[in-house]
Amino acid sequence: MRTARVAYAGALHGATPHPQGLQLDDGRVLAEDAVVWLPPFEVGTIIALGLNYADHLAELARELTVSARDEPLAFFKAPNSLVGHRGVTRRPAGVQFMHYECELAVVIGRTARRVKRADALQHVAGYTVCNDYAVRDYLENWYRPNLRVKSRDGATALGPWFVPAAEVSDPQALTLRTLVNGRVTQQGRTANMVNDVAALIEYLSGFMTLQSGDVILTGTPEGVVDVRVGDEVVTEIDGIGRLVNTIVGDEPYGR
Amino acid sequence: MLVSRPVHPPEHPVQLPAFDAWPHRLSGTVIAALLNHRPQLAALGDAVHAAPYKAPPRAPVLAVRPRHMLAGEGDAIEVPGAVEIGAALGIVIGRTACRVAAADAMSHVAGYLVVGELGLPLASHYRPALRQKARDGFCPLGARVIPAHQVADADALALRVLVDGQPLQASTTGDRLRGIAQLIADVSDFITLQPGDVLTLGASHGAPLAAAGQAVTIEIDGVGTLSFTLVEEAA
Repeated sequence: MRTARVAYAGALHGATPHPQGLQLDDGRVLAEDAVVWLPPFEVGTIIALGLNYADHLAELARELTVSARDEPLAFFKAPNSLVGHRGVTRRPAGVQFMHYECELAVVIGRTARRVKRADALQHVAGYTVCNDYAVRDYLENWYRPNLRVKSRDGATALGPWFVPAAEVSDPQALTLRTLVNGRVTQQGRTANMVNDVAALIEYLSGFMTLQSGDVILTGTPEGVVDVRVGDEVVTEIDGIGRLVNTIVGDEPYGR
Repeated sequence: MLVSRPVHPPEHPVQLPAFDAWPHRLSGTVIAALLNHRPQLAALGDAVHAAPYKAPPRAPVLAVRPRHMLAGEGDAIEVPGAVEIGAALGIVIGRTACRVAAADAMSHVAGYLVVGELGLPLASHYRPALRQKARDGFCPLGARVIPAHQVADADALALRVLVDGQPLQASTTGDRLRGIAQLIADVSDFITLQPGDVLTLGASHGAPLAAAGQAVTIEIDGVGTLSFTLVEEAA
């Protein structure tokens, strides 16, 4: 069963899908826009991958002198960056290039330490959609991608639903796309991952213990474009979910 | 010597220190400043202008230290070979810090603790290099948080690293590109720091090496000590 975590009427609730929107664990049926959506599970460590799609890599290979044979490029994001479905993400005034990244988020369900590829998917609890924003203007070549680009407040949208692994027969056979104000700007297939989900779990668990609630953001395909204040950004993965986010400016923050 | 089990979450939950100041406990979020000690960057010389860096850092250079990296006083930390023992001052946030000015930043500090920053030696600072830097237990935390009002000048504390009792490094918490107040100000421009979060001031240049079988102690005057042992990684 798909689950969400939402805030409603002064309390936090678990929720499940309902034809009219969602149903709280206490039975109340609500419209999608009547609740505040939180990331759909208790998020542990956020592990993100860069350059993990063959097409995106080809786009960047000349600039970065990288190839698919390199070690996976993994980095952490901090909890300040989390935001749920229908949340907002701030675009700082004066930046030239801020882009979304539609990504399959893999949620660990069982401790994984030195797990082999063949056993890796047994450690997956489920999946959700991530929009892993980046502000390219702030990119520096020190521990790249640096935190000011990726681990910003509200720059990691997750949701709407946590989808149990049992409902996803093959995580490498999913179609992803991003729509900005209703127009498709990014499309890809998880089949094009350089390191697939099982390989990523094998690699990461080789040097760090993955724990229940840890989430692996598996990288994005080609087709990232600049997003502006007021844009509605929908990142969706067929069979997983449709995650909505809106870009806001500095003004509400008093900047 | 007390032998403790190697640090592997979650069977070995790390006891995060509680302390007698708001918010009384750590949140578990630890963010480390890197390359913040002036001599560290100076040692790179002209390389900071060459590929792959192309320019010196502008924003604070940071790394997240997630829960699997945390260890505590007396723990045995598994290492696959020699590791660098970075010694850093941990700044514990007491009051939510979002876009704070440097002039106000110290009022957001609850206290200080000793933080170890272990890593496999790696010449490059280009990539996050998690395999070398983000292994289980590689961010040990001291058992005590000293309330800020008990530390006169946290930007000028003597710091030492001892390996098997031998002092291998003597440095201070000073001579940073960003001192405590400026670091909080610059980080809080894009990361809201919550009560109980730890931000490190960055290890001192010239971190000594240690290997399995050795006992390490990090001392920061006025803040405390942190001791742990290194053990061979099980095959």
